[in-house]
Amino acid sequence: MREVHLRINPIACEGHGLCAELLPERIRLDDWGYPLIAPDPIPPEVLEHARRAVAACPTLALALERRRH
Amino acid sequence: MTPTPTPTGAGSPPAAAEPPVGLPRLLAGVAGGGPPMDLLAHLSRHGPLPARGRRGPALIEVLERSGLCGRGGAAFPTFRKLAGVAARRGPAVVVGNGTEGEPASAKDRRLLTAVPHLVLDGAALAARAVGAPDAILAVHPAAAPAVAAAVAEREARRMDRVRFRVAVPPERFVTGEASALVHWINSGVATPTMRPPHVSERGVDHRPTLVDNVETLAHIALIARHGADWFRTLGTPGDPGSSLVTISGPVGRPGVYEISRGMTVREVLQAARGATEPLQALLLGGYFGTWLPSGEAMELRLCAEGLRPAGASLGAGVLMALGVGSCGLVATARLASYLADQTAGQCGPCVHGLAAIAGELDRLARRAGRVDLERLSRWGREVEGRGACHHPDGAVGMVRSGLRTFAEEVRLHQAGACSAASDAPVATGAGAAAGA
Repeated sequence: MREVHLRINPIACEGHGLCAELLPERIRLDDWGYPLIAPDPIPPEVLEHARRAVAACPTLALALERRRH
Repeated sequence: MTPTPTPTGAGSPPAAAEPPVGLPRLLAGVAGGGPPMDLLAHLSRHGPLPARGRRGPALIEVLERSGLCGRGGAAFPTFRKLAGVAARRGPAVVVGNGTEGEPASAKDRRLLTAVPHLVLDGAALAARAVGAPDAILAVHPAAAPAVAAAVAEREARRMDRVRFRVAVPPERFVTGEASALVHWINSGVATPTMRPPHVSERGVDHRPTLVDNVETLAHIALIARHGADWFRTLGTPGDPGSSLVTISGPVGRPGVYEISRGMTVREVLQAARGATEPLQALLLGGYFGTWLPSGEAMELRLCAEGLRPAGASLGAGVLMALGVGSCGLVATARLASYLADQTAGQCGPCVHGLAAIAGELDRLARRAGRVDLERLSRWGREVEGRGACHHPDGAVGMVRSGLRTFAEEVRLHQAGACSAASDAPVATGAGAAAGA
Protein backbone atom coordinates (compact mmCIF):
# COMPACT_ATOMS: atom_id res chain seq x y z
CA MET A 1 0.00 0.00 0.00
CA ARG A 2 1.49 3.35 -1.04
CA GLU A 3 0.42 6.59 0.51
CA VAL A 4 0.94 10.08 -0.84
CA HIS A 5 2.50 12.66 1.48
CA LEU A 6 3.43 16.29 1.07
CA ARG A 7 7.07 16.94 1.80
CA ILE A 8 8.61 20.35 2.23
CA ASN A 9 12.19 21.40 1.79
CA PRO A 10 12.52 23.97 4.59
CA ILE A 11 15.75 25.36 3.14
CA ALA A 12 14.08 26.18 -0.17
CA CYS A 13 10.81 27.42 1.32
CA GLU A 14 10.61 31.21 1.50
CA GLY A 15 7.13 31.44 2.94
CA HIS A 16 5.30 32.75 -0.14
CA GLY A 17 2.21 31.00 1.22
CA LEU A 18 0.57 30.02 -2.06
CA CYS A 19 0.35 26.40 -0.93
CA ALA A 20 -1.83 27.31 2.06
CA GLU A 21 -4.20 29.21 -0.22
CA LEU A 22 -4.47 26.37 -2.70
CA LEU A 23 -4.66 23.56 -0.16
CA PRO A 24 -6.22 24.91 3.02
CA GLU A 25 -7.46 21.37 3.80
CA ARG A 26 -3.89 20.28 4.59
CA ILE A 27 -1.74 23.38 4.96
CA ARG A 28 -1.94 26.39 7.24
CA LEU A 29 0.66 29.05 7.89
CA ASP A 30 2.53 29.62 11.12
CA ASP A 31 2.84 33.06 12.70
CA TRP A 32 5.70 33.91 10.33
CA GLY A 33 4.02 32.75 7.13
CA TYR A 34 5.69 29.35 6.75
CA PRO A 35 3.56 26.33 5.95
CA LEU A 36 2.50 23.80 8.59
CA ILE A 37 1.54 20.60 6.85
CA ALA A 38 -0.89 18.09 8.34
CA PRO A 39 1.07 14.88 8.95
CA ASP A 40 -1.45 12.33 7.60
CA PRO A 41 -1.42 11.08 4.02
CA ILE A 42 -3.25 13.01 1.30
CA PRO A 43 -6.70 11.48 0.69
CA PRO A 44 -7.51 10.81 -3.01
CA GLU A 45 -10.20 13.50 -3.20
CA VAL A 46 -7.64 16.19 -2.25
CA LEU A 47 -4.85 14.92 -4.48
CA GLU A 48 -5.64 17.24 -7.38
CA HIS A 49 -5.50 20.30 -5.12
CA ALA A 50 -2.25 19.05 -3.63
CA ARG A 51 -0.75 18.73 -7.12
CA ARG A 52 -1.81 22.29 -7.85
CA ALA A 53 -0.17 23.55 -4.65
CA VAL A 54 3.06 21.73 -5.53
CA ALA A 55 3.06 23.22 -9.02
CA ALA A 56 2.40 26.73 -7.72
CA CYS A 57 5.33 26.89 -5.27
CA PRO A 58 7.67 29.57 -6.62
CA THR A 59 10.74 27.98 -5.02
CA LEU A 60 9.88 24.35 -5.81
CA ALA A 61 10.02 23.62 -2.07
CA LEU A 62 6.92 21.44 -2.01
CA ALA A 63 6.79 17.91 -3.36
CA LEU A 64 4.45 14.94 -3.38
CA GLU A 65 6.10 11.83 -2.14
CA ARG A 66 4.87 8.26 -2.31
CA ARG A 67 5.71 6.31 0.81
CA ARG A 68 5.26 2.64 1.35
CA HIS A 69 3.01 2.16 4.30
CA MET B 1 61.18 11.72 4.55
CA THR B 2 63.24 8.50 4.54
CA PRO B 3 61.52 5.39 3.26
CA THR B 4 61.44 2.74 5.94
CA PRO B 5 61.63 -0.94 5.04
CA THR B 6 58.70 -1.92 7.20
CA PRO B 7 55.47 -0.33 6.01
CA THR B 8 53.95 -0.84 9.46
CA GLY B 9 56.33 1.95 10.54
CA ALA B 10 57.14 2.81 14.15
CA GLY B 11 60.59 1.19 14.08
CA SER B 12 60.40 -1.58 16.64
CA PRO B 13 57.06 -1.00 18.31
CA PRO B 14 56.81 -1.97 21.94
CA ALA B 15 54.83 -5.07 22.78
CA ALA B 16 51.10 -4.68 23.33
CA ALA B 17 50.57 -2.85 26.58
CA GLU B 18 48.42 -4.15 29.39
CA PRO B 19 44.87 -2.93 28.96
CA PRO B 20 44.05 -0.17 31.44
CA VAL B 21 42.04 -1.33 34.44
CA GLY B 22 39.30 1.00 35.63
CA LEU B 23 39.54 4.72 34.97
CA PRO B 24 40.98 6.61 33.20
CA ARG B 25 41.18 4.97 29.82
CA LEU B 26 41.33 7.72 27.21
CA LEU B 27 43.12 10.11 29.52
CA ALA B 28 45.48 7.50 31.03
CA GLY B 29 48.96 8.92 31.56
CA VAL B 30 47.81 12.48 30.94
CA ALA B 31 48.85 15.19 33.36
CA GLY B 32 46.62 18.22 33.58
CA GLY B 33 47.55 20.86 31.05
CA GLY B 34 50.77 19.14 29.95
CA PRO B 35 51.99 18.86 26.36
CA PRO B 36 50.37 16.34 24.00
CA MET B 37 51.48 12.74 24.43
CA ASP B 38 53.98 12.14 21.63
CA LEU B 39 54.03 9.08 19.41
CA LEU B 40 56.62 7.11 21.39
CA ALA B 41 54.94 7.74 24.72
CA HIS B 42 51.62 6.86 23.13
CA LEU B 43 52.91 3.58 21.70
CA SER B 44 54.63 2.55 24.88
CA ARG B 45 51.47 3.19 26.87
CA HIS B 46 48.90 1.70 24.50
CA GLY B 47 50.96 -0.62 22.31
CA PRO B 48 50.99 -0.67 18.49
CA LEU B 49 47.91 -0.63 16.34
CA PRO B 50 46.51 -4.13 15.76
CA ALA B 51 47.97 -5.73 12.63
CA ARG B 52 46.48 -5.00 9.25
CA GLY B 53 45.25 -8.57 9.14
CA ARG B 54 42.30 -7.56 11.23
CA ARG B 55 40.08 -6.48 8.34
CA GLY B 56 37.11 -4.16 8.31
CA PRO B 57 34.38 -6.69 9.03
CA ALA B 58 36.36 -7.93 12.04
CA LEU B 59 36.59 -4.45 13.55
CA ILE B 60 32.93 -3.73 12.88
CA GLU B 61 32.00 -7.02 14.52
CA VAL B 62 34.09 -6.18 17.61
CA LEU B 63 32.50 -2.73 17.76
CA GLU B 64 29.05 -4.30 17.62
CA ARG B 65 29.85 -6.57 20.55
CA SER B 66 31.41 -3.66 22.46
CA GLY B 67 28.15 -1.69 22.36
CA LEU B 68 30.03 1.56 21.67
CA CYS B 69 27.69 4.42 20.82
CA GLY B 70 28.71 7.78 19.39
CA ARG B 71 30.01 10.33 21.90
CA GLY B 72 29.13 13.42 19.84
CA GLY B 73 25.60 13.71 21.17
CA ALA B 74 23.31 11.47 19.15
CA ALA B 75 24.59 8.19 20.71
CA PHE B 76 24.08 6.23 17.48
CA PRO B 77 25.58 2.69 17.54
CA THR B 78 29.07 3.10 16.11
CA PHE B 79 29.26 -0.29 14.39
CA ARG B 80 26.09 0.46 12.43
CA LYS B 81 27.49 3.73 11.14
CA LEU B 82 30.70 2.02 10.01
CA ALA B 83 28.79 -0.85 8.43
CA GLY B 84 26.59 1.61 6.53
CA VAL B 85 29.59 3.33 4.97
CA ALA B 86 31.52 0.09 4.41
CA ALA B 87 28.60 -1.31 2.40
CA ARG B 88 28.78 1.53 -0.14
CA ARG B 89 30.74 1.24 -3.35
CA GLY B 90 33.90 3.19 -4.08
CA PRO B 91 36.48 4.80 -1.84
CA ALA B 92 35.06 6.36 1.30
CA VAL B 93 36.19 9.25 3.51
CA VAL B 94 36.47 9.41 7.29
CA VAL B 95 35.78 12.71 9.04
CA GLY B 96 36.79 13.01 12.69
CA ASN B 97 34.45 15.59 14.15
CA GLY B 98 36.26 17.63 16.78
CA THR B 99 34.66 20.98 16.00
CA GLU B 100 33.01 21.10 19.43
CA GLY B 101 30.65 23.97 18.71
CA GLU B 102 28.81 23.22 21.94
CA PRO B 103 29.76 26.12 24.23
CA ALA B 104 29.47 24.07 27.43
CA SER B 105 31.76 21.31 26.18
CA ALA B 106 35.55 21.20 26.24
CA LYS B 107 36.14 17.45 26.13
CA ASP B 108 37.03 17.12 22.44
CA ARG B 109 39.65 19.88 22.69
CA ARG B 110 41.02 18.26 25.83
CA LEU B 111 41.22 14.85 24.17
CA LEU B 112 42.83 16.20 20.99
CA THR B 113 45.41 18.29 22.79
CA ALA B 114 46.27 15.56 25.33
CA VAL B 115 46.20 12.33 23.30
CA PRO B 116 45.96 13.19 19.58
CA HIS B 117 47.42 9.82 18.58
CA LEU B 118 44.55 7.93 20.17
CA VAL B 119 42.12 9.84 17.91
CA LEU B 120 44.36 9.35 14.86
CA ASP B 121 44.63 5.63 15.63
CA GLY B 122 40.84 5.44 15.70
CA ALA B 123 40.55 7.36 12.46
CA ALA B 124 43.11 5.07 10.80
CA LEU B 125 41.27 1.96 12.01
CA ALA B 126 37.90 3.31 10.92
CA ALA B 127 39.35 4.26 7.54
CA ARG B 128 40.67 0.72 7.12
CA ALA B 129 37.29 -0.73 8.09
CA VAL B 130 35.18 1.38 5.70
CA GLY B 131 37.70 1.47 2.83
CA ALA B 132 38.73 5.11 3.08
CA PRO B 133 42.07 6.31 1.69
CA ASP B 134 41.51 9.71 3.31
CA ALA B 135 40.70 10.92 6.79
CA ILE B 136 39.96 14.54 7.65
CA LEU B 137 40.30 15.74 11.23
CA ALA B 138 37.95 18.71 11.54
CA VAL B 139 38.97 20.31 14.82
CA HIS B 140 38.57 23.33 17.04
CA PRO B 141 41.30 25.93 16.39
CA ALA B 142 42.74 25.38 19.89
CA ALA B 143 43.42 21.72 19.05
CA ALA B 144 44.76 22.15 15.52
CA PRO B 145 48.49 22.53 16.38
CA ALA B 146 48.55 19.37 18.52
CA VAL B 147 46.75 17.33 15.87
CA ALA B 148 48.89 18.67 13.02
CA ALA B 149 52.07 17.84 14.98
CA ALA B 150 50.82 14.33 15.66
CA VAL B 151 50.01 13.79 11.98
CA ALA B 152 53.53 14.95 11.08
CA GLU B 153 55.05 12.46 13.56
CA ARG B 154 53.14 9.61 11.97
CA GLU B 155 53.93 10.67 8.42
CA ALA B 156 57.64 10.81 9.26
CA ARG B 157 57.39 7.17 10.33
CA ARG B 158 55.06 6.17 7.49
CA MET B 159 52.82 4.66 10.06
CA ASP B 160 49.48 4.80 8.30
CA ARG B 161 48.17 3.93 4.91
CA VAL B 162 45.42 6.54 5.27
CA ARG B 163 46.20 10.16 4.28
CA PHE B 164 45.38 12.56 7.11
CA ARG B 165 44.32 16.16 6.67
CA VAL B 166 43.64 18.63 9.46
CA ALA B 167 40.90 21.19 8.87
CA VAL B 168 39.66 24.03 11.08
CA PRO B 169 36.03 24.91 10.36
CA PRO B 170 34.43 28.16 11.52
CA GLU B 171 33.50 28.19 15.19
CA ARG B 172 29.73 28.08 15.06
CA PHE B 173 27.32 25.85 16.91
CA VAL B 174 25.86 24.30 13.78
CA THR B 175 29.24 23.50 12.18
CA GLY B 176 29.44 20.20 14.02
CA GLU B 177 26.22 18.91 12.46
CA ALA B 178 27.38 16.16 10.09
CA SER B 179 25.83 17.50 6.89
CA ALA B 180 27.00 21.05 7.69
CA LEU B 181 30.54 19.82 8.29
CA VAL B 182 30.59 17.92 5.00
CA HIS B 183 29.07 20.92 3.22
CA TRP B 184 31.87 23.10 4.61
CA ILE B 185 34.59 20.63 3.55
CA ASN B 186 33.11 20.48 0.06
CA SER B 187 32.20 24.10 -0.53
CA GLY B 188 33.37 26.25 2.36
CA VAL B 189 29.80 26.84 3.52
CA ALA B 190 29.05 25.40 6.97
CA THR B 191 25.29 24.99 6.71
CA PRO B 192 23.25 21.79 6.96
CA THR B 193 21.90 20.27 3.76
CA MET B 194 18.71 18.36 2.98
CA ARG B 195 18.59 14.60 3.38
CA PRO B 196 18.52 12.42 1.40
CA PRO B 197 21.26 11.97 0.49
CA HIS B 198 22.77 11.15 3.87
CA VAL B 199 26.52 11.81 4.14
CA SER B 200 27.07 8.04 4.45
CA GLU B 201 25.78 7.75 0.87
CA ARG B 202 27.19 10.94 -0.63
CA GLY B 203 29.42 13.15 1.48
CA VAL B 204 32.91 14.57 1.00
CA ASP B 205 33.65 14.78 -2.76
CA HIS B 206 30.45 12.76 -3.33
CA ARG B 207 32.10 9.78 -1.62
CA PRO B 208 30.51 7.69 1.14
CA THR B 209 31.53 9.48 4.32
CA LEU B 210 31.83 8.37 7.93
CA VAL B 211 31.49 11.31 10.31
CA ASP B 212 32.40 10.26 13.85
CA ASN B 213 33.05 12.34 16.92
CA VAL B 214 36.76 12.33 17.87
CA GLU B 215 36.07 10.75 21.27
CA THR B 216 34.24 7.93 19.51
CA LEU B 217 37.34 7.38 17.35
CA ALA B 218 39.56 7.28 20.45
CA HIS B 219 37.35 4.56 21.96
CA ILE B 220 37.66 2.60 18.69
CA ALA B 221 41.45 2.77 19.08
CA LEU B 222 41.25 1.12 22.50
CA ILE B 223 38.53 -1.40 21.61
CA ALA B 224 40.57 -2.57 18.60
CA ARG B 225 43.51 -3.22 20.95
CA HIS B 226 41.80 -4.68 23.99
CA GLY B 227 38.51 -6.07 22.71
CA ALA B 228 34.79 -5.75 23.34
CA ASP B 229 34.79 -7.55 26.69
CA TRP B 230 37.40 -5.19 28.06
CA PHE B 231 35.34 -2.19 26.92
CA ARG B 232 32.34 -3.57 28.78
CA THR B 233 34.17 -3.80 32.10
CA LEU B 234 33.14 -0.18 32.63
CA GLY B 235 29.69 1.30 32.12
CA THR B 236 26.38 -0.53 32.16
CA PRO B 237 25.24 -3.49 30.02
CA GLY B 238 22.99 -1.16 28.00
CA ASP B 239 25.48 1.70 27.77
CA PRO B 240 28.99 0.34 28.22
CA GLY B 241 32.37 2.00 28.48
CA SER B 242 33.80 5.22 29.72
CA SER B 243 33.00 8.70 28.58
CA LEU B 244 34.39 12.22 28.77
CA VAL B 245 32.25 14.86 30.47
CA THR B 246 32.64 18.60 30.88
CA ILE B 247 31.52 19.93 34.24
CA SER B 248 30.89 23.65 34.68
CA GLY B 249 29.14 25.92 37.15
CA PRO B 250 29.73 26.35 40.89
CA VAL B 251 31.86 23.26 41.57
CA GLY B 252 35.26 23.06 43.19
CA ARG B 253 37.16 22.13 40.09
CA PRO B 254 35.27 22.60 36.81
CA GLY B 255 36.76 20.76 33.87
CA VAL B 256 36.87 17.64 31.77
CA TYR B 257 36.63 14.26 33.50
CA GLU B 258 36.50 10.68 32.32
CA ILE B 259 33.66 8.76 33.92
CA SER B 260 32.18 5.30 33.73
CA ARG B 261 28.74 5.41 32.10
CA GLY B 262 26.20 4.73 34.82
CA MET B 263 27.89 6.77 37.56
CA THR B 264 25.42 9.04 39.34
CA VAL B 265 25.41 12.79 38.86
CA ARG B 266 26.38 13.08 42.54
CA GLU B 267 29.45 10.88 42.08
CA VAL B 268 30.53 12.79 39.00
CA LEU B 269 30.16 16.16 40.73
CA GLN B 270 32.20 14.80 43.64
CA ALA B 271 35.01 14.08 41.19
CA ALA B 272 34.96 17.81 40.45
CA ARG B 273 35.29 18.44 44.21
CA GLY B 274 31.56 18.93 44.66
CA ALA B 275 29.32 21.98 44.61
CA THR B 276 30.64 25.19 46.13
CA GLU B 277 27.10 26.43 46.83
CA PRO B 278 23.76 24.67 47.12
CA LEU B 279 22.57 23.72 43.63
CA GLN B 280 19.07 24.28 42.32
CA ALA B 281 19.32 22.66 38.91
CA LEU B 282 21.56 20.96 36.38
CA LEU B 283 21.64 21.14 32.62
CA LEU B 284 22.43 17.67 31.31
CA GLY B 285 23.59 17.10 27.74
CA GLY B 286 24.43 20.67 26.73
CA TYR B 287 22.59 23.52 25.06
CA PHE B 288 20.29 20.97 23.38
CA GLY B 289 19.97 19.18 26.71
CA THR B 290 17.59 19.05 29.64
CA TRP B 291 17.29 21.18 32.76
CA LEU B 292 16.47 19.10 35.83
CA PRO B 293 15.94 20.20 39.44
CA SER B 294 19.06 19.21 41.38
CA GLY B 295 17.02 17.07 43.79
CA GLU B 296 15.82 14.96 40.88
CA ALA B 297 19.16 14.98 39.05
CA MET B 298 21.60 13.99 41.81
CA GLU B 299 20.79 10.28 41.96
CA LEU B 300 20.31 9.84 38.22
CA ARG B 301 22.73 7.49 36.58
CA LEU B 302 24.59 8.99 33.64
CA CYS B 303 23.75 6.37 31.04
CA ALA B 304 21.05 5.98 28.42
CA GLU B 305 18.71 3.85 30.54
CA GLY B 306 19.29 5.93 33.67
CA LEU B 307 18.48 9.24 31.98
CA ARG B 308 15.64 8.15 29.69
CA PRO B 309 12.96 8.16 32.43
CA ALA B 310 13.89 11.78 33.19
CA GLY B 311 13.59 12.66 29.50
CA ALA B 312 17.30 13.48 29.40
CA SER B 313 20.44 12.17 27.75
CA LEU B 314 24.14 12.74 28.28
CA GLY B 315 24.44 14.33 24.83
CA ALA B 316 28.05 15.33 24.28
CA GLY B 317 28.76 14.81 27.99
CA VAL B 318 27.84 18.19 29.43
CA LEU B 319 26.90 18.78 33.07
CA MET B 320 26.25 22.42 33.85
CA ALA B 321 25.37 23.16 37.46
CA LEU B 322 23.27 26.12 38.53
CA GLY B 323 23.52 27.44 42.10
CA VAL B 324 20.59 28.68 44.16
CA GLY B 325 21.93 32.21 43.87
CA SER B 326 21.35 32.31 40.12
CA CYS B 327 18.11 32.70 38.23
CA GLY B 328 17.21 29.66 36.16
CA LEU B 329 15.09 31.71 33.80
CA VAL B 330 17.94 34.09 33.09
CA ALA B 331 20.12 31.08 32.31
CA THR B 332 17.48 29.49 30.07
CA ALA B 333 16.88 32.78 28.24
CA ARG B 334 20.62 33.22 27.62
CA LEU B 335 20.94 29.76 26.18
CA ALA B 336 17.86 30.30 24.00
CA SER B 337 19.21 33.62 22.70
CA TYR B 338 22.51 32.00 21.90
CA LEU B 339 20.83 29.16 19.98
CA ALA B 340 18.53 31.55 18.12
CA ASP B 341 21.59 33.54 17.13
CA GLN B 342 23.38 30.38 16.01
CA THR B 343 20.74 29.31 13.49
CA ALA B 344 22.25 28.61 10.11
CA GLY B 345 19.63 31.02 8.79
CA GLN B 346 18.25 28.67 6.17
CA CYS B 347 14.86 27.49 7.42
CA GLY B 348 12.10 30.00 8.17
CA PRO B 349 10.63 28.28 11.23
CA CYS B 350 14.08 28.06 12.85
CA VAL B 351 15.11 31.63 11.97
CA HIS B 352 11.85 33.30 13.01
CA GLY B 353 10.56 30.81 15.54
CA LEU B 354 13.70 30.61 17.67
CA ALA B 355 14.11 34.39 17.56
CA ALA B 356 10.52 34.85 18.75
CA ILE B 357 10.86 32.23 21.49
CA ALA B 358 14.16 33.70 22.68
CA GLY B 359 12.67 37.20 22.61
CA GLU B 360 9.74 36.22 24.82
CA LEU B 361 12.03 34.33 27.20
CA ASP B 362 14.22 37.39 27.44
CA ARG B 363 11.20 39.53 28.36
CA LEU B 364 10.21 36.94 30.95
CA ALA B 365 13.75 36.82 32.38
CA ARG B 366 13.93 40.61 32.57
CA ARG B 367 10.43 40.82 34.10
CA ALA B 368 9.49 43.24 31.33
CA GLY B 369 5.78 42.45 31.45
CA ARG B 370 3.59 39.37 31.38
CA VAL B 371 4.39 36.81 28.74
CA ASP B 372 1.77 34.70 26.94
CA LEU B 373 2.98 31.25 28.04
CA GLU B 374 0.30 29.48 26.01
CA ARG B 375 1.60 31.08 22.84
CA LEU B 376 5.20 30.39 23.84
CA SER B 377 4.52 26.67 24.13
CA ARG B 378 2.53 26.66 20.86
CA TRP B 379 5.52 28.21 19.10
CA GLY B 380 7.68 25.47 20.57
CA ARG B 381 5.40 22.75 19.22
CA GLU B 382 5.17 24.42 15.83
CA VAL B 383 8.90 24.98 15.36
CA GLU B 384 9.83 21.42 16.29
CA GLY B 385 10.72 19.13 13.41
CA ARG B 386 10.55 21.89 10.79
CA GLY B 387 14.22 22.48 10.09
CA ALA B 388 16.54 20.67 7.70
CA CYS B 389 18.57 19.72 10.79
CA HIS B 390 17.66 19.27 14.47
CA HIS B 391 18.74 22.73 15.58
CA PRO B 392 15.20 23.99 16.28
CA ASP B 393 14.25 20.71 17.98
CA GLY B 394 17.23 20.81 20.32
CA ALA B 395 16.63 24.44 21.24
CA VAL B 396 12.93 23.92 21.91
CA GLY B 397 13.59 20.84 24.04
CA MET B 398 16.01 22.78 26.26
CA VAL B 399 13.58 25.71 26.62
CA ARG B 400 10.70 23.39 27.49
CA SER B 401 12.74 21.69 30.22
CA GLY B 402 13.74 25.11 31.57
CA LEU B 403 10.17 26.33 31.80
CA ARG B 404 9.24 23.07 33.55
CA THR B 405 12.18 23.03 35.97
CA PHE B 406 11.90 26.73 36.79
CA ALA B 407 8.08 26.80 36.85
CA GLU B 408 8.03 28.53 40.23
CA GLU B 409 10.47 31.12 38.93
CA VAL B 410 8.20 31.68 35.90
CA ARG B 411 5.32 32.40 38.29
CA LEU B 412 7.47 34.85 40.25
CA HIS B 413 8.71 36.64 37.14
CA GLN B 414 5.20 36.99 35.76
CA ALA B 415 4.40 38.79 39.01
CA GLY B 416 7.50 40.97 38.66
CA ALA B 417 9.66 39.20 41.26
CA CYS B 418 12.72 36.90 41.16
CA SER B 419 14.03 34.40 43.70
CA ALA B 420 17.69 34.74 42.80
CA ALA B 421 19.92 36.30 45.42
CA SER B 422 21.84 38.12 42.75
CA ASP B 423 21.69 38.95 39.07
CA ALA B 424 25.25 37.68 38.84
CA PRO B 425 26.17 36.34 35.43
CA VAL B 426 25.41 32.68 34.99
CA ALA B 427 28.27 30.56 33.73
CA THR B 428 27.06 29.26 30.38
CA GLY B 429 30.30 28.18 28.82
CA ALA B 430 33.23 25.90 29.29
CA GLY B 431 35.79 28.67 29.00
CA ALA B 432 37.07 28.07 32.50
CA ALA B 433 36.56 24.34 32.18
CA ALA B 434 38.70 24.05 29.06
CA GLY B 435 41.91 24.82 30.92
CA ALA B 436 41.42 22.35 33.75
